[in-house]
Amino acid sequence: MSDAKVKPKKAMKISVDHNLDENVKKKIAVSADIQGKNEKGKIDLGSLKSGGFIKQRQKDKFTVRLRCPGGRMPVEKLKQVAESAAKFGGKYVHFTVRQSLEIPYVDYHNFTPLIDELKSVGQDVASCGPRVRVPNACGGCEYNPNGLTDAAKIADIVNEKFFGMRTAHKFKSSFSACPIDCMRSTEADLGLMGAVYPKWTEENCTGCTICASACTEDAIKAHPETGKPIFKADNCVYCADCVRACPTFSWAAEKTGHNLRVGGRHGRHPLGATMVARFLTDEEAITAIEATIKWYQKAGEDKGRIRIGQILREDGQMGSYMKALEAAVGPEKLVKDPAPPTLTYVSR
Amino acid sequence: MAETVTADKFIDISNEVCPMSFVLTKLALEELEDGQVLELICGAGEPVRNISIQLKDEGQTIISVKKEGEKHFRLQIKKND
Repeated sequence: MSDAKVKPKKAMKISVDHNLDENVKKKIAVSADIQGKNEKGKIDLGSLKSGGFIKQRQKDKFTVRLRCPGGRMPVEKLKQVAESAAKFGGKYVHFTVRQSLEIPYVDYHNFTPLIDELKSVGQDVASCGPRVRVPNACGGCEYNPNGLTDAAKIADIVNEKFFGMRTAHKFKSSFSACPIDCMRSTEADLGLMGAVYPKWTEENCTGCTICASACTEDAIKAHPETGKPIFKADNCVYCADCVRACPTFSWAAEKTGHNLRVGGRHGRHPLGATMVARFLTDEEAITAIEATIKWYQKAGEDKGRIRIGQILREDGQMGSYMKALEAAVGPEKLVKDPAPPTLTYVSR
Repeated sequence: MAETVTADKFIDISNEVCPMSFVLTKLALEELEDGQVLELICGAGEPVRNISIQLKDEGQTIISVKKEGEKHFRLQIKKND
């Protein structure tokens, strides 16, 4: 499979539905049957501007996608969603692959009452189109024993700070709390993966060899005589299995943080994201995400619908991005000269 | 992990997977008094990793670990209530 650099897409004017522009605040009058009363209602276009209403094959029917950062929905919201879905939707709800809950079969006349009902419990509608999408996350370290970082917290912050920002094309972020990577952070436009750099101290080690047995990466071998670990750092994927399995606490976390990847995507031309920084703190991760979105906004100007990974594969763009990242989080944690995202396959 | 003592209870969970391995270990520990010792045999690799993590999280003390051939581990656990 060829992995040659793609030719830059022919520059074209960015396609923007003017109704989705930031300042649209107009209302249009429609003849609608609102809450059982056959009266003339208004649809507030301002509330539709970030998308999340997806046209169905069926006449006048839309799927309404809800905003569920990190795939969590407080049960109080869930109750209202169930009630509103029964009232305005079809016979089921749909769980999207990106952790959102969708209500299919909503008549567009009912947008406003549905939005109002959902708003009463603080449930927002999600986004679609060329913008920062709802961040995805796993359970994180709160209750998942494998979790090393608080991926759900990062999703909440990203949702709060960056959701809906306009970009050249969609910008999906996904946060895994450990290298098992349930959230497929390597396939996201921006992905974080929880990581621990382990450190061994001999003092309490009894040479029991559990760490060598627990390590699935050939990063730890037990010394044939003493049983004590021989650590091969190059093989380590930073999962912390050794730290957690060691009965005597001889392995500990030297560094804990988020490994940052950019430029992944799936679809017809999937790209594998490239690792650009390691062991970022929560704060550094947020700063890096902001810098990445800003760089993407600028680099994607007048390029039409192009994902960040496609831009990064153009000549010189990887260097330009790394400079922006360095300006945001400093040079220490950056990967040196990372390769651009790689084409994993073409679906044909 | 040198000291090996006479165990008060023994279980073999080498053919079990999660959650049975977890539950059987839990039930065995429940039968013991504080300070008594449970001995168990489990598989190497993921099983011993998970058992060790579980016991540590619960505040139990693993007092001895012995590798039995390539495929098994023998653990002694002192119960802490």
